[in-house]
Amino acid sequence: MLLIPCPWCGKRAQTEFTYRGDATVERPDLADSDAQWYDYVYTRDNPRGEHTEWWHHTGGCRKWFKVRRNTWTHEVISSEPPVRD
Amino acid sequence: MGAFRNSSGGTLDRTQRIRFRFDGKQYSGFQGDTLASALLANGVRVVGRSFKYHRPRGVFGMGVEEPSAMVRLRTGARAEPNVRVTEVELFDGLEAHSQHCWPSVNFDLGAIANVMSPLLPAGFYYKTFMWPATKWMFYEHFIRKAAGFGSSATEPDPDNYSRSYEFCDVLIVGAGPAGLSAALSAASSGAKVMLVDETPDGGGRLRFDDEVINDQPADKWLNETLHELSKMPNFDLRFRTTAFGYYDENMVAALERVSDHLPEPEPGQVRQRVLQIRAKQVVLASGSIERSIPFGYNDKPGVMLASAVRGYALKYAVACGRRAVVFTNNDSAYATVAALHAVGAQVVAVVDSRTQSPGKRALEQLGDVKLIQGSVVMKTKGLRSVQAVEIGQITGEGDSPQKSHTIRCDLVCVSGGWTPTVHLFSHAQGKLNFDDSIGAFVPGADIPALHVAGSANGEFSLAACLRQGSDAGIESAKQAGYEITESVSIPTAPEESVSDMEPLWGVPRMGSRAKRFVDIQNDVTIDDIELAHTEGFVSVEHLKRYTTLGMGTDQGRTSNINGLANLARLREAKVPEVGHTTFRPPYTPVSLGALAGIDFGEHLSPVRRTPLHQWHERNHAHLQNSGAWKRPAYYPQTGENVQDAILRETRHVREKVGITDVSSLGKIDVQGRDAAEFLERIYINRWKSLQIGRCRYGLMLREDGFVFDDGTSTRLSENEFYMTTTTANAGPVLEHMEIYAQTVWPDLHVHLTSISDQWAGMALAGPFSRNVLSSVIGEQAASNENLPYMGVIKARIADVSVLVFRVSFSGELGYEIHMPSRQAELVWETILAAGQEWEIAPYGLEAMTILRIEKGHVVAAELDGRTTAADLGFGRMMKPDGDYVGKRLAERSALTANGRKQLVGIKSIDSSPIPRGAQIIAEPSKGKPAQTVGQVTSACFSPHINREIGLALIKEGRLIYGKTMYAASPLTGREIPVEVVHHIFIDPEGERVRG
Repeated sequence: MLLIPCPWCGKRAQTEFTYRGDATVERPDLADSDAQWYDYVYTRDNPRGEHTEWWHHTGGCRKWFKVRRNTWTHEVISSEPPVRD
Repeated sequence: MGAFRNSSGGTLDRTQRIRFRFDGKQYSGFQGDTLASALLANGVRVVGRSFKYHRPRGVFGMGVEEPSAMVRLRTGARAEPNVRVTEVELFDGLEAHSQHCWPSVNFDLGAIANVMSPLLPAGFYYKTFMWPATKWMFYEHFIRKAAGFGSSATEPDPDNYSRSYEFCDVLIVGAGPAGLSAALSAASSGAKVMLVDETPDGGGRLRFDDEVINDQPADKWLNETLHELSKMPNFDLRFRTTAFGYYDENMVAALERVSDHLPEPEPGQVRQRVLQIRAKQVVLASGSIERSIPFGYNDKPGVMLASAVRGYALKYAVACGRRAVVFTNNDSAYATVAALHAVGAQVVAVVDSRTQSPGKRALEQLGDVKLIQGSVVMKTKGLRSVQAVEIGQITGEGDSPQKSHTIRCDLVCVSGGWTPTVHLFSHAQGKLNFDDSIGAFVPGADIPALHVAGSANGEFSLAACLRQGSDAGIESAKQAGYEITESVSIPTAPEESVSDMEPLWGVPRMGSRAKRFVDIQNDVTIDDIELAHTEGFVSVEHLKRYTTLGMGTDQGRTSNINGLANLARLREAKVPEVGHTTFRPPYTPVSLGALAGIDFGEHLSPVRRTPLHQWHERNHAHLQNSGAWKRPAYYPQTGENVQDAILRETRHVREKVGITDVSSLGKIDVQGRDAAEFLERIYINRWKSLQIGRCRYGLMLREDGFVFDDGTSTRLSENEFYMTTTTANAGPVLEHMEIYAQTVWPDLHVHLTSISDQWAGMALAGPFSRNVLSSVIGEQAASNENLPYMGVIKARIADVSVLVFRVSFSGELGYEIHMPSRQAELVWETILAAGQEWEIAPYGLEAMTILRIEKGHVVAAELDGRTTAADLGFGRMMKPDGDYVGKRLAERSALTANGRKQLVGIKSIDSSPIPRGAQIIAEPSKGKPAQTVGQVTSACFSPHINREIGLALIKEGRLIYGKTMYAASPLTGREIPVEVVHHIFIDPEGERVRG
């Protein structure tokens, strides 16, 4: 079972968290094209290797944050709060 | 006791005699026996029958590796099938039964399969019963009956199980010499060390072999070490605990058999416990297991692992036979000679397949027993157990052995070498390398925070096991952040000179029909492997599935390597090129009860009770499960049936006044200077314009444009909203909003807090509801001027601060009153008392459902994830300007095109009830396939219009009011004519709610 490093609470068991996939996609603007919106809502890459993902500390502080994780080796590399660039 | 037990020796408590029954017959053993050692001591040789051929089988090993001696242990509800007798600690009154034989283990009619066995090669069932394909289901029943082992109990399991989470710096798996040596080193650093071992007393081979450590008998060192460790506060020892799986980040799952060694658990004691151990470092000292050599009829009772024979002699003072032959390809089996002599058995010969001479120690152990070098046991003779063996001499490389002579004996002690137990390393994704010198796979490249030591690492000398264990202990403690301050003294053992083993993967068949078993649990022979290879099953994974090699409960611990090596021989490849099948958890079978722990029955999932639950129970509400919630369905009065109660409650609300518990609604406190802006983006309608003290119905979409949830939200102040959600979506809506607040619009200042549990709610509804409310908060406060439709006020009832919302789900004049949960019952009772004058009565979920269908309100049945706001008649709520969740995709052509299903009402034209979930068709189908144009989402009998009614989603339904359609339920064969009408059946103008 993975240990997920919550930026606020520290490492906790995976069962405390909810997973929500790719954290690199950004919600388009209303003016953006249908194709961009379709991609945002429906399509996700499924990479083998390093991946930045959303995790939610559902059974803890209820914060969403980004985890850098290797989907192949299961290595958890880092985590960070969801600040925008 | 028993004819095969020495009167002295072993580590038994001979003062405590234990009685037990096997197949109904009474036997006795001693405290300290296993069922296996006790059966052997009593001369019981045939313990069970084999999987496919029903051949007689006896005890083969002495621990977890045992492939054949399995029984049904205990009786009644506690009966457990396929229990290895080698792991059962004897207790008084133990009852065991042989399995898979009828009428008895010694005379088994199923053994006809053995006679017919030339007709039953690998794949026989697949090939024979393939045609016609439709008949497989028929054949399967009989095949499954003929194959297989024990049957489980049919009564509910009376025992309790639990689960516990453990944390430690260093977890050591296996309390043999390597594991104990690791524990001594690691624990001396102060690190928190946990040691688990599957046996009742640990020690590994030290309990079964004559060894010397620190110039003393090994059992002395063993006892001293266990004593020393047990005094350390940072050391936790768990015997009878099998580490069965390794998971990510050093999470090891283990099964602790808390009371399996007792007749039954003590009161309050669990039977087994699953440990989930999170360790900073893990040391695998899981040892190794001796393997067999396939030779003719090597499966008979009387053929045993040499190490097991030693163990039974040394620990239990049991002679597994009277005249023994040792058959080996390595030095370790020579120790069996002395062990057998010690219990009074005769060793006729040691047959060594090697031409080279054994090492010095082995020769000493041999003594004056005859050594037959360069020879093999070709086959055993004897009907139900071994009576003699045929010896053959290997004349040259690749040649078949030549039969030289026959030896009378009743025991063959076989050793084909040792296989490291690498399962957990493999679970951890560790790569295995094949080590030619031991003929087995060993752990390859290092894995972070995981150390392997001792014979699990392919290191078979005791001295080296102790050294490796100590090194692993020191290293793991260091990596866990501890310093070894004192110098650790490594236990020592004499260095031995050992001759290399020479692999012998099977004795050539030389025209004999004698079966050479590779896997004696699943009856897989070398011939089966050859057949599989001939038929093209040349991958190990295919071989395994085609022949069932290694697929039994023992997972082929004594046989897998032999199988792989034979496949390699046929493929003319090396063993590592053929590879091995994947090791997967669990290492040994884990009972479903232990995995479930306490999570079954009522504990399967939490039950949610509203703050008024006790009141509902006291007042005889019929409670109904609604998701995790227990909610009152109705409150039957004396002599009233279900239907009457529901209709009475419904009419009572329409005609007088009722009150119902709505505490299960989701309640979210939304605060912050951007709270209004945030709701504006979450809901499809406007919120910034909402005045303080007013509430509004809100609808939210998912980002894909379909409706997600609805509810009313109230502006309590400029920057604070009190949001409600549907019961089912209380959690999902909060999570949905958290995603947007934290990840999509983190620039908005908004804070979300679930207050679903902290706040209770009740709905007061009916023509007299204002009268009741007036009597508890005052006439002025409850007046239409002060509290108009969709108004909200703060008030006090029974000195409790409450929020009163002028909202209605029933379509009647109504209010919702919310208050802190702890005061809910007081407020509820106060309102009931005040309402007596107007004959107030509680109503349940059933009445509420009828009331809302009559009013055309939507719930989860209509918000099914496939409906748009416009489908439900809320299209005009969607604000044209500004962004909100789901806006962009709700504008997609498919979601706005003509021809979508729309929410309508339906009325049954005759008096037939409308089947829920029925499909809507335009014409009666007359038994022919018909095109569906919609479906019924909700249905009930409406007391208000005295008709069966429903809500439905029908294609362009709002254009066909008045038309007759048919609600078809193919499941019941009914097609009910219905009239399509507007979905609001009562007070479409809303005069009642506004009045």
